[in-house]
Amino acid sequence: MKPDVMIRIALLSLALAAVPAGAAIDIYQFDSNAQQDRFHRLTEELRCPKCQNQSIADSDAEISQDMRERVARMIREGHSDEEIVGFFVARYGDFVSYRPPLNAKTAILWVGPLSLLLLGGVGIVLLVRRASREAEEDDQ
Amino acid sequence: MSKASPWVFLPLVAFVALAVLLASGLGRNPEELPSALAGKPVPEFSRPSLLNDRTLTEELLTGRWQLLNVWGTWCPTCYIEHPYLLELARAGIPIIGLDYKDEDAKARDYLAEYGNPFREVIVDADGQLGLDLGVYGAPETFLISPRGEIVLRHVGELNQRVWDEKFAPVLQQAGENPGVAP
Repeated sequence: MKPDVMIRIALLSLALAAVPAGAAIDIYQFDSNAQQDRFHRLTEELRCPKCQNQSIADSDAEISQDMRERVARMIREGHSDEEIVGFFVARYGDFVSYRPPLNAKTAILWVGPLSLLLLGGVGIVLLVRRASREAEEDDQ
Repeated sequence: MSKASPWVFLPLVAFVALAVLLASGLGRNPEELPSALAGKPVPEFSRPSLLNDRTLTEELLTGRWQLLNVWGTWCPTCYIEHPYLLELARAGIPIIGLDYKDEDAKARDYLAEYGNPFREVIVDADGQLGLDLGVYGAPETFLISPRGEIVLRHVGELNQRVWDEKFAPVLQQAGENPGVAP
């Protein structure tokens, strides 16, 4: 085998090995597909408090299993999405939601990137204008 | 360009500002979440006791200042913390245990072997009461006021340093027994 083929095979097997070993599979019974969809959306949107950066849908941590259980129960009991997310935010703080609300503590997350972009844009415009003005002056 | 405008320093200033902002975040413990339930009443519950046949409710956590300690025999840090809980109990601090996601038989053996600092132990085998309390691991310790409100929450090992820093001042201010002196 040519060395580069071997390298490709090695890389490919590494890439395959890196695929996460599948999230926990629990079966939750719902009355309708709409409830099922809400369950999937909510568990993707809620963050496991123990694992820094995994949704409770992805995480195998015990706490995530308990949280999925609770999400399923609250859906079956007829709670709205806001109530369910609110329940967890009341206990684990904004950290628990992958959609942080806009408030004083999170404002920099929402406004920061946009204002940096604007600042950069303004900077470029000023630089370009000055460069072209200087070019004109040189021409004269 | 004839004269350097003061704006040339802007990138440097921005860099330094960003570096300071990011550096301040480095020292923080990302595992420590804000205590969202502080000031709120303990959630309603009805759970069996580990120690007797009683059914325990949120009323257990009213009427006096007491600690609610979340533990489990599966939790390594709980073993480290245990002697300090015994010390607090000897100093007259009432402690309620919450046996979190554990097996009753193992938990009873644990208390028989290492001593029991708890005046009552709530069984939370499925962890759903823990969820109501915003628990995400063990050990965690809550300070509960006589009105049954969560005043403080500490995640991780409770020891003399944490006690002196967080718990003792609150009890002292309330004119209560501040527990083990430093």
